[in-house]
Amino acid sequence: MQVFITVIKRELLAAFRQKSDVLNPLWFILIVITLFPIAVGPEPLLLARIAPGILWVAALLSSLLSLERLFRDDYADGSLEQMIIGGSPLALIALAKIVAHWLITGLPILLLSPLLAILLSLEWQSFQATFYTLVLGTPVLSLIGSVGVALTVGLRKGGVLLSLLILPLYIPVLIFATSAIEAASLSLPYAGHLAIMGAISLLALTLAPFATAAALKVSIN
Amino acid sequence: MWKWLHPYAKPEASYQLAGKFVPWFSVFAVVCFAVGLVWGLAFAPADYQQGDSFRIIYIHVPSAILSMGAYSSMAVAAFIGLVWQIKQADMYVAAVAPVGAVFTFIALFTGAAWGKPMWGAWWVWDARLTSELILLFLYLGVIALYNAFSDKTMAGRAAGILSLVGVINLPIIHYSVEWWNTLHQGATITKFDKPSIDTDMLWPLLLNIAAFTFFLGAVSLVRFRTELLRREQRRPWVQQLINRHSQARG
Repeated sequence: MQVFITVIKRELLAAFRQKSDVLNPLWFILIVITLFPIAVGPEPLLLARIAPGILWVAALLSSLLSLERLFRDDYADGSLEQMIIGGSPLALIALAKIVAHWLITGLPILLLSPLLAILLSLEWQSFQATFYTLVLGTPVLSLIGSVGVALTVGLRKGGVLLSLLILPLYIPVLIFATSAIEAASLSLPYAGHLAIMGAISLLALTLAPFATAAALKVSIN
Repeated sequence: MWKWLHPYAKPEASYQLAGKFVPWFSVFAVVCFAVGLVWGLAFAPADYQQGDSFRIIYIHVPSAILSMGAYSSMAVAAFIGLVWQIKQADMYVAAVAPVGAVFTFIALFTGAAWGKPMWGAWWVWDARLTSELILLFLYLGVIALYNAFSDKTMAGRAAGILSLVGVINLPIIHYSVEWWNTLHQGATITKFDKPSIDTDMLWPLLLNIAAFTFFLGAVSLVRFRTELLRREQRRPWVQQLINRHSQARG
């Protein structure tokens, strides 16, 4: 537990000392969301119709942007190796880093979501659903993403490959999130979709740290 | 069992063993293909509803089943490679991935060709089709990851981990027709009930599935042998093998 908290503190400190890493993905999501009304036209009805998809795709892409910082710097300066030979369970350290990463990238998206909802003229009901899906879904993005980053961290040009590996695995989250918001916009119950998203989150939470640890051991070798 | 299996952990022995299986698998594949395809495409009775266009089932279903079968075998090999550190298992992962990707592509392609006359569209975003497409992406991801590493030992392990993560997609594909109301029809033979297909249509289908299975086995074993030779190219036993072959050619 001590290790867990120490790693989280360290990650947060590192993030606050290098603020652009945290802010740039948020700028990115804002810009992507701005592009859509310009590209497809500013009609509120049309925007509200396609808003869930846009929001979630933007969230996926921005999470890809910020994922690399999860392990890359530690890999470059050798501290990742120290963590592996340090003796504390690697899966725990990986989980701590993932939690810290979610606090740095997932949480700001949640905080930003009211603004995004206004930009896309979402109704209150749909916004609620969007918020819940983001709460349940963004941890999955960090969890699955960490496996991909751990696999590609040793490669010189891992960036594009990372997106090829991870985006297919993101698709289930995307499907359930958007269908939940869709149901909410039609005033249908969407608790079932949320339950499945919760199940996906829990599954990823239990398995992803171990997969990440195994992948890190391969990458460090 | 370990005593019996252990000798095959030697690369040379597994190379020889794979070499023994290849001709048998190829012969079985050719025979089953010959009988199954001719029977299925020419002699099996036409469907009462779909007419002759149902015959694409004899390509579509085997390739779809085997696209998932190849993935499961890849995942099992990846698991063995990670847990027991057997390097041939990692090589098998690398060997079978492109074959599985091609099978997935065939399944999608024949599905599209079948969908056009039946559903009136080449492609619909239905759960079964989408999850099969994700399977193709997963295969491509494994291949891309494997090729990205220059150290092939690392590459094999990394690809293995990725393929294990992707296993989650297999039950989704299989149950997609039950969990969601889809345009794609439900299972006809891969269920514990009596198959909902006429026996005259069933036998050629089973023969074709067997043919695809043997074909998959033969092709992936050939690829496995090449992979083994490439990775072990500096080892004495490979050098000996090459010398023996060049001498035999004169």
